[in-house]
Amino acid sequence: MAAVKDDVVLEDLLRIDGLIKVFDGSVRAVDNVSLTVAKGEIFALLGSSGCGKSTLLRMLAGFETPTAGRIYLSGKDITDLPPYQRPINMMFQSYALFPHLNVWDNVAFGLRRDGMPKDELAERVESMLKLVQLGKFAKRKPHQLSGGQQQRVALARSLAKRPKLLLLDEPLGALDKKLRESTQLELVNIIEQVGVTCVLVTHDQEEAMTMASRIAVMNEGYFLQIGTPDEIYETPNSRLVADFIGNVNIFEGEVVEDEADHVTVRCPECLHYVGHGITGTPGMAVGVALRPEKIHLSREQPDKPHNWCAGDVADIAYFGAHTTYHLTLVTGMTLKVQQPNLTRHSGQGLTWGDRIYAHWSQDAMVVLTQ
Amino acid sequence: MKHLFGKSWLTMIYVFLYIPIVTLVVYSFNASPLVTVWSAFTLKWYPAVVHDSELVGGLILSLKVALLSGLISIVFGTFTAFALVRYRKFTGRTFLASMANAPLVMPDVIVGLSLLLMLISVQRWTGFPDRGMFTILLGHALVGTAYATVVIMSRLREIDTRLEEAAMDLGCKPFQVFALVTLPLIAPALVSALLLTFTLSFDDVVLSAFLSGPGSTTLPLVIFSRARLGLNPSINAVAAIIIAVVSMVVIASSLYQARAERRRQREVNEAYAQTN
Repeated sequence: MAAVKDDVVLEDLLRIDGLIKVFDGSVRAVDNVSLTVAKGEIFALLGSSGCGKSTLLRMLAGFETPTAGRIYLSGKDITDLPPYQRPINMMFQSYALFPHLNVWDNVAFGLRRDGMPKDELAERVESMLKLVQLGKFAKRKPHQLSGGQQQRVALARSLAKRPKLLLLDEPLGALDKKLRESTQLELVNIIEQVGVTCVLVTHDQEEAMTMASRIAVMNEGYFLQIGTPDEIYETPNSRLVADFIGNVNIFEGEVVEDEADHVTVRCPECLHYVGHGITGTPGMAVGVALRPEKIHLSREQPDKPHNWCAGDVADIAYFGAHTTYHLTLVTGMTLKVQQPNLTRHSGQGLTWGDRIYAHWSQDAMVVLTQ
Repeated sequence: MKHLFGKSWLTMIYVFLYIPIVTLVVYSFNASPLVTVWSAFTLKWYPAVVHDSELVGGLILSLKVALLSGLISIVFGTFTAFALVRYRKFTGRTFLASMANAPLVMPDVIVGLSLLLMLISVQRWTGFPDRGMFTILLGHALVGTAYATVVIMSRLREIDTRLEEAAMDLGCKPFQVFALVTLPLIAPALVSALLLTFTLSFDDVVLSAFLSGPGSTTLPLVIFSRARLGLNPSINAVAAIIIAVVSMVVIASSLYQARAERRRQREVNEAYAQTN
C-alpha cells in the first residue's frame, strides 16, 4: 500500500540504538532494540500483547525512561527530553480526547501551548479540521461524536503541531471491523498527504500489512524480523514469525540435498523439493512453512515424486470468498488448505471423510532454519 | 395488600423524618414564648432574630468558618488525593494514607480534646494562637481535609491517565497538565467536597465547643447553649430561615442539573441525527 518509492533518497529520521527497558529490576520489557526509520515512512511495530511494543512507543513519546540506549531524532539525541519538549506527537489508544473541551479546542490545545498567534492558530485548526472532514463538528464535545469521528479528531489533534514523528497506538483498535477497513486507507491517505513519518503499534497483522511500508515483528522485547509486509509474509525468517503472520502449515524434517538453487527436505508426511537455496548442511533439522492458500487439492494422485501428500477431510469452513479445509494426514498432522471459491458452488462434492490429495509447487514454501 | 403495606411503611418513615422539622417551622410562628404551647400566630420572632446580635454574630462566624474551612479542605484534599492516587510508591505513602483517613474514624470528642491540649501548650510556648475563630477553623479544616481527600481521590482514580499524558504530549509542563486537564476534570468532585465540608463545619458542635474562645461562638454553639437555658421561638425562626435557604439552594441546583442534562441529551441527539 504505502511502499517507499525507490527513486527517493531515504534519510534516517529516527534512530534507536540498543534500547533497553527493565521494569521492577527484572522484567525486560524491551531488550536491546535497534532500529532506523526513514523520513516519510510508515513503520509498524507488530506483536501480541505484552511483547514490549507499547513500552517502546512510550519511550519514543517520552513517557518511559529507557534503562539503557539512546533515541535520535534527525540526528539529535532526544533520550533525556521530557514529552513536552519532543517534536513528536501521539495518537492515543481510545484517543484520549479531552472531554471538557470541544473539537476545536481539542485540536487547538497543543498550538495554544506553543503560544501561536491567534489568526495563525485559527487558520491551522480550520485546515486540520478540513483535512479530517470535521469542519462542521467544531463546536461538538467528544461525547457527541461517533467512534470514527473521535478517531479523526484525535488524528487532527496529533497532526496540528506538525510533528516530525507521529506515533499511533493501536489507531483503529476501538473501531468495529467494518469501519476499520475503510478507516485504514483513509488514515494512510491523510498521513501521506501530510507527509509525516509515522510509527504505529498494533497487534492486528492485517492493520500492519495494509498501513505500513515496513513492519517489525516483536516478541518478548526484541525484534524477530524487520521487513516490508510481503517479505514478512512470504519469507519469514523463523517459525515464530511464520506462525504469527497469517496461517501456516509447518512440516518438520531434515535436509537431504542442499544445492545452490534448491533443497530437498524429507518429512514424515512427504518429500519437499524447495526451489530456493538455504545456508545449511544435509542432515540439518529444518521446518518447511507452507501457506494454506498456496496448496491445490485434487482427487487424483499427482504423478510427481515430491510436494504432495494424501489426507482425509476433517473439517470444512466456508467463508464466502474462500473455503478452508482441514486435512488429516497419515502422520496425524492437520494440513490447513484454503481454496478460493472461483465459481459458485465450486467447493461442492468434497465432504467430511473424503480422501483427497494436496499438492503445491516448488515455489510455494519457505525453509525455516530457526 | 403487600402494595398497601409498602406504601404505609414509606409514609411512616417520611412522617418520622419530617414531622419534627415541620413542627419546628410551625412553632416559629407561635406567639407564646414557650416552645411547647401554641397560643396564636405571629411573625414577631423573625425581626427579633435580626436584632439578636448574639444569633446574628454566631451565624456570620459559622458561615465564615464553614466557607474558609471548606476551601482549605479542598485545597489540601486535592494535594493529598493527588499524591496518593498518582504516585504509587514513595516513602511514607501508607502512613500518609492512614493519617489522611484517621480523622474520619476518630470521634470528634477525641480530635477536639487533643487539638485543644496541643493548642494550649503551643500557646504557652509561643503566645499564639488565642482560642477563637482561627482555632475553630483549624479543627474544621483538619476533619474537612480528610473528607475532601476521600471524595477527590475517588474522582481522580476514575480519570484516564492517558488524558494527562496526551496533554503532556501536546506540550504541557506538569503544572499546566494539572491546571488545564486534571483540575477541570475533577471540578465536580471539588464542588461536592466543598458542599460536604461546608455542611460538616456549619453544623459542628463538638469541635467548636473545644476550640472556641470568648467572643467566638458559632451558631450551633449559641443554639446549644440556649437550649440548656430554655429555648425561645427565635431559635425556631433561625431554623426556619436556614431550612428555607437550604431548600432553595437544593431546588435551584437540581433544576440547573436537570436543565444541563436535557441540553446534553438534545446535543447528543442532534449529533447523531446529523451523522446519519
